[in-house]
Amino acid sequence: MDNVSQQKIIEEVKAFTDKEIRPYAAEFEANEAIPRELIDKMAERGYLAASFPQEYEGLGLDPVYYGLFTEEIGKACASTRGLLTVHTSLVGETLLRWGNKELKEKWILPMARGEKIGAFALTEPEVGTDAKSVKTSYRKEGNKYIVNGSKKWITFGDVADFFLTVTTGEKGITTFIIERQMQGVKTTPIKGLLASKAAHIAEIHFDNVEVPAENMVGREGSGFTYIVSTALDHGRYSIAWAGIAIAQEALDAMVTYSRKRTQFGKKIYQHQLIQGILGDCVTKLHAGRALCLRAGELRKINDKSAVIETTIAKYFTSKIAMEITTDAVQVHGGNGCYNKYPVERLFREAKILEIIEGTSQVQQEIISAYGLRAYYRPTKV
Amino acid sequence: MELKEKIRKFIESNLVVFEDEAEFSDSDNIFEMGFVNSLFAMKLVNYIEEDFGIVVENDDLEISNFNSVNRITEFIESKQPA
Repeated sequence: MDNVSQQKIIEEVKAFTDKEIRPYAAEFEANEAIPRELIDKMAERGYLAASFPQEYEGLGLDPVYYGLFTEEIGKACASTRGLLTVHTSLVGETLLRWGNKELKEKWILPMARGEKIGAFALTEPEVGTDAKSVKTSYRKEGNKYIVNGSKKWITFGDVADFFLTVTTGEKGITTFIIERQMQGVKTTPIKGLLASKAAHIAEIHFDNVEVPAENMVGREGSGFTYIVSTALDHGRYSIAWAGIAIAQEALDAMVTYSRKRTQFGKKIYQHQLIQGILGDCVTKLHAGRALCLRAGELRKINDKSAVIETTIAKYFTSKIAMEITTDAVQVHGGNGCYNKYPVERLFREAKILEIIEGTSQVQQEIISAYGLRAYYRPTKV
Repeated sequence: MELKEKIRKFIESNLVVFEDEAEFSDSDNIFEMGFVNSLFAMKLVNYIEEDFGIVVENDDLEISNFNSVNRITEFIESKQPA
């Protein structure tokens, strides 16, 4: 698809978020749920398949435009953006990459149409960052697999129709599609969260769930190396843009507030210390956006560096989203601590990005390992 | 450059340990030795697909296809037209 057509979709999603999402973001949070009607409206417009090829009824956005698309949704509501992150990026793009013909035929079209919502079930009550240590188990019995265990913090887990589930067994980490309707599957919503309150985050329990062999994604034992890594790579790219979304929305709010709010007889932007904050925030945002665009361009051509550049972008934008939203609250003063002002929510949402799809500390380790090799000059002192 | 040598160079440029600690033969399992991380596996797939014009399919996702210089070489050769 040409860039003009893709840009048109971005303009359309901007109008859609202004009408259908942004005005209700606080209400979704208060209700601790984005409504099913919103999911259906997004599905009708192809938004749940924004990055899927057109042959699967997707919008066919390339990685750069899919990033810009994610930003538009993420600026309006982080929980709604979370649906794209898990359903479209983590699950959809991973199935498109590694699902066999039968799995794609069974799942991708219903996902694009919003008839089936997918969630990614990796983390557990005792296993977060150490993802290779999952305890949810599988064992083979005839031509099926029996899955037991629990998953925690699963975004859209309370409403998803199926879970791309990471298990461990005889041959190592193995991933299966487990359907909600299968006997022994139970989900429990998690309330009282700091943020992502409307993202239907849940615990999932698997009690002797019988999973047919054809629901395996990838090969037995290859689950972490290929399936989880691919899913997290797509997830990190989505979160990188989620950071830009939150940072941009917070910057817009703080600039606007600083030009309207008067203290000591002048607008607060006229105070040099506020100008210092604004200058730093603009610079950080532009730097983060440049990293995301570069990662997107590399992903477009399937470049070998795309994975590490995506990691760098995710690490940086989640960090600056936290910094910029902190500054946005500061510029708003008391009003920034009040939920009638969006920066209060943005500040809380930003924190999540430093934790999900690999904590910032894990990203630092990965980036450091890359740098120690890429920038080693043995001939220099 | 011989295929095996190209593969070795690619692996060496992506090790998570440094040269003086990283001696491995063409048949050594680089994953078991802890010489590469999971991101390497994805990078390797991109490398094979882009540089050798091969499509890595779902059925190819056996770790054993990609865990040593020899196995990666054999995999690429098996996918290329004779």
